[in-house]
Amino acid sequence: MSILLEIKGVSKRFGGLTAVNNISFHVSEGEILSVIGPNGAGKSTLFKLIASFLPTSQGEVFLRGERISNLAPHTVARKGLVRTFQEATIFRSMTVRENIIVAHHLRSRASLLGFFLDTRLAASDEAAFAESADNIIEFLGLGAIRDELASTLPQGHLRALGMAIGLATHPTVLLLDEPFAGMNHDETMHMVTLVRRLRDERGVTVLLVEHDMPAVMKISDRIVVLNFGEKIAEGTPAQIQSNPKVIEAYLGAEDAAIGL
Amino acid sequence: MQKNSLIFSTGVFLLGVYVAVPLAIATSERFDLYYTLTAVALLSIASAGVWLTFYIGRINIGQGAYSLVGGYVSALLVTQTNMSFWWTLPIAGAFCALLSVLIGLPILRLRGVYFAMVTLVLTEVARLCALALPITSGAKGITSIPLPSALKIFGITLIPDFSSLANPKLAFYFMAVTMMVVAYAVLWRIVHSRLGHLCRSLQQNEELASSIGVNTAWLRVLAYSISSFFGGIAGAGFIAISQSIYPSSFQSTDSVNFMLNCFLGGLGYVMGPMLGTLLLYFGWDLLFSTGRFQLLIYSTLMILLMLWLPNGVLSLMDRKGDRK
Repeated sequence: MSILLEIKGVSKRFGGLTAVNNISFHVSEGEILSVIGPNGAGKSTLFKLIASFLPTSQGEVFLRGERISNLAPHTVARKGLVRTFQEATIFRSMTVRENIIVAHHLRSRASLLGFFLDTRLAASDEAAFAESADNIIEFLGLGAIRDELASTLPQGHLRALGMAIGLATHPTVLLLDEPFAGMNHDETMHMVTLVRRLRDERGVTVLLVEHDMPAVMKISDRIVVLNFGEKIAEGTPAQIQSNPKVIEAYLGAEDAAIGL
Repeated sequence: MQKNSLIFSTGVFLLGVYVAVPLAIATSERFDLYYTLTAVALLSIASAGVWLTFYIGRINIGQGAYSLVGGYVSALLVTQTNMSFWWTLPIAGAFCALLSVLIGLPILRLRGVYFAMVTLVLTEVARLCALALPITSGAKGITSIPLPSALKIFGITLIPDFSSLANPKLAFYFMAVTMMVVAYAVLWRIVHSRLGHLCRSLQQNEELASSIGVNTAWLRVLAYSISSFFGGIAGAGFIAISQSIYPSSFQSTDSVNFMLNCFLGGLGYVMGPMLGTLLLYFGWDLLFSTGRFQLLIYSTLMILLMLWLPNGVLSLMDRKGDRK
């Protein structure tokens, strides 16, 4: 498998605090890779650095060999790396379907002026967006709530909508920020299946940051473990579970915390 | 069905402003109303611009600055270069749009109250510039600006010379109303095209918008420059009627009023700023007889209205029926 995303010696300092220290790893095409670590390990910061929502202090991020660190977030999205958010980040006063349609922005071939003048190209774009949005709605099983206002949805649906918005951009790599947070067991298992299908059926490479150990062990091809801003381990779920450094990092939570 | 009702209400509206209002004024002989309605039409264009900046999630209390700049651009071109007013109109708008790109690039990074505060200063800056710059002739202003001359293209007279008309008041009314209709048609089209959807995405969540690939900085500047274009042509139109311009022609109070017009009419409705301007302008005039209590009653009414109808007067329609 070829390397799709490469993180090379990335560091982030906030004043005197080093949140992320010299981290390197790569994500192969079609892989599901999880970044885990105790609270304050620097996972979220690393995530923002990769999606270029924060500038790096040092190091670079490459997508297909092209440097993407320190570009504007919308440029990174244009190149095919799209993030979702931890919290319910959606367009609140739009319906589910409108949310997904508007997120097709990157697929537009017509210019904004073209859309204003309602040219033939713009009209065919709009039709394509609507069709693709309906596909995504079906894929994620959101049919029953397609015309609901997003602000009225419960947590589980919001998370799915967040993912739908990400999918609408047709990403090469999707960064999921804690996709299982605040979910019960059934919801988590449902989401695990969805992420799997995302990769299997839509060919999306997934990089996720997560707390939920059983889910991470189940879903990941490989895992990267952070502690105090440094990478302490990298490997398959089985390797990670038996890694003494990892067990030590989670000390106090005992072996059970990472065991299945 | 929805399209039909849209065409129907547009038709009724056009008939109203182009036929019914002039007829009503002619029969009642209240010719002073022409000036009032012309003013309302022009002010509502500036308010439409403010409304568009609300639509990307920014509170704009600086539209008066662009109206003043637009007014001066038009006045200077007409008096210094003898250019026809009709050409100065788009030039004034374009000048303001360009200016707003330069001003907007740094200040549109600010959000919420910080952006509002900076825009509040803009009108004052524009006024002081008008006082200080050599070209604007300071506090004396520019006076006795000629009425709009004829607009001819290839020798065909599209618009006659206003000074040759028996009733220039009516001509100004038609000019202002036409400008207003065009401005609101453009605004309506923006809101209902992808541009408007992206503006809404910006208003609701800028981070998410940039994560789906929207160039948020560029889109903000684009919306703001369209907004300022509206401000500029409204100012230019106003100056043609009053035939004079002073640094005090548009002040901070006007900027605040443009914003209030949007609140009053409703931020969720394209026609909101138009209705808001009409209500505010006439409301103020109606209270004239109350003398020194005018401002007190006026402000109290505004506060009550905003408590009762926080989404604007047009939200009444949503409450009663199923129309949107």
